Amino acid sequence: MKIFGEIGRFILMIKGMFSKPENWKMYWKELMHQCSEIGFGSLGIVAIISFFIGAVSTIQTAYQLVTPLIPLSTIAQIVRDTVILEFAPTLVCIVLAGVVGSKIASELGNMRVSEQIDALEIMGINTKAYLVMPKIVASLIMIPLLVILAMVLGIIGGRVAGSMAGILPGTTFDKGLLQDFVPYNVFFAMAKAYTFSFIISSIPAYFGYYVKGGALEIGQSSTRAVVVSCILLLFADYVLSALLL
Amino acid sequence: MIELKNIRKSFDGRTVIDGATATMKAGQCNLIIGASGSGKTVLMKCMVGLFEPDEGEILYGGQDFTAMNNKEKTEIRKEIGMLFQGSALFDSLTVEKNIMFPLNMFTEWSHQKKLERVNEVLARVNLKDTNKKFPAELSGGMKKRVGIARAIVLNPKYLFCDEPNSGLDPQTSLVIDKLIKEITIEYNITTVVNTHDMNSVMEIGDYILYMHKGKKEWEGSNKQIIFSKNQLLNEFIFASEFLRDAKEMRMLEETGKIPNNRNIDEMIGPENLPKG
Repeated sequence: MKIFGEIGRFILMIKGMFSKPENWKMYWKELMHQCSEIGFGSLGIVAIISFFIGAVSTIQTAYQLVTPLIPLSTIAQIVRDTVILEFAPTLVCIVLAGVVGSKIASELGNMRVSEQIDALEIMGINTKAYLVMPKIVASLIMIPLLVILAMVLGIIGGRVAGSMAGILPGTTFDKGLLQDFVPYNVFFAMAKAYTFSFIISSIPAYFGYYVKGGALEIGQSSTRAVVVSCILLLFADYVLSALLL
Repeated sequence: MIELKNIRKSFDGRTVIDGATATMKAGQCNLIIGASGSGKTVLMKCMVGLFEPDEGEILYGGQDFTAMNNKEKTEIRKEIGMLFQGSALFDSLTVEKNIMFPLNMFTEWSHQKKLERVNEVLARVNLKDTNKKFPAELSGGMKKRVGIARAIVLNPKYLFCDEPNSGLDPQTSLVIDKLIKEITIEYNITTVVNTHDMNSVMEIGDYILYMHKGKKEWEGSNKQIIFSKNQLLNEFIFASEFLRDAKEMRMLEETGKIPNNRNIDEMIGPENLPKG
């Protein structure tokens, strides 16, 4: 029964975000701040992970395609589709659930425990709108951009690894990239990116916003936020794949 | 003026506030005192709207706060300033930006005008030249003063202070008490202070509401409290022998009589009397 209470409170939190801002300029400033924190703050880790995922995909795909009957350019096709369909949106978002999710949960949790949220409420500010909404909107703006970047870097990583390991030359890789390209895959990846962005920002925001206790509980709520986000993310991945593919 | 009428609040079936009624006047320091768990923090949170009371009315200048919609509550909240127990300063902002925050949110003033107002309130709490410091660089007493400065920057009608002296040394506590008292009179604010500090009770308690197990046990002023015959109040306030003696010394000052026929040497303690 507790789970239904939690879901109800989560929906009320989301509903409570929609109110007229007390001051548009302050909300805009907060949104830009969050975009910078979530987007640029995660840029390094996303770039590194994507590049190496692409590189490893190329090497492992080549390792499994032992027959000379399959052309080398197929490796590029497989890497492209794997990166676009799964690795860029899902793997990057799982990493971001840890990086961004724990940051959101601990930031809001600390504000709750140190009564900063109460202080804002007493000033007459809708804290759900001022603190939670910009984080979710910033995630919806920045995380899909990071996913696009991850797709590009993943493919570049694959190309570089293919050339360096002598698996396939760059020109063959480029040829394979263009073969049987389905633009719908990018749409599917973006649908996943937006869904995951909402999950990895709203769930930690919920856990952080309603934390009770002290430093220990902030840590526990951050961990729970990341775990729940990852589970929901994988579940959403399955549902979206079943529905859209 | 804030009026509380028969406030009741319970959590999970456990009654925390059981019919509190009080009137808190403007230009006065109104103190809520009581042992830990007596319901004073919950009462204060009900008053500022952080908790919804189950029953009763909270009237701000005659308007029922509990019956208001969110928009109306927001308007009242703009007239409220609050100093929190832990100061609740925004860690990532400097002192200047902390105090400027309500101005940025609720006024269309120029940056220069806002800065002047920030400097004015910082000077009022005796904290000049701390504008660029972060909360982590301040002492407990300084944080409280910044908290007061932020609470009064929008010229509130009501000031709430939750345990303003917790974690402070006696000398700094006196400074904070004095500041709260001065600001209350200067701006004609209705100040509500939630405290455990008996020194504050004696120094600034124009009106004192003593809570015991969620109920109003006693009310009166700091002048009346030493003459109170309420056993629970006396046990709470004058818990130590030192404070009991201090009370009797005060009664001696006020009435010229030593209560309970006690000897002044006995009250001070012969071993503490100067030799020779």
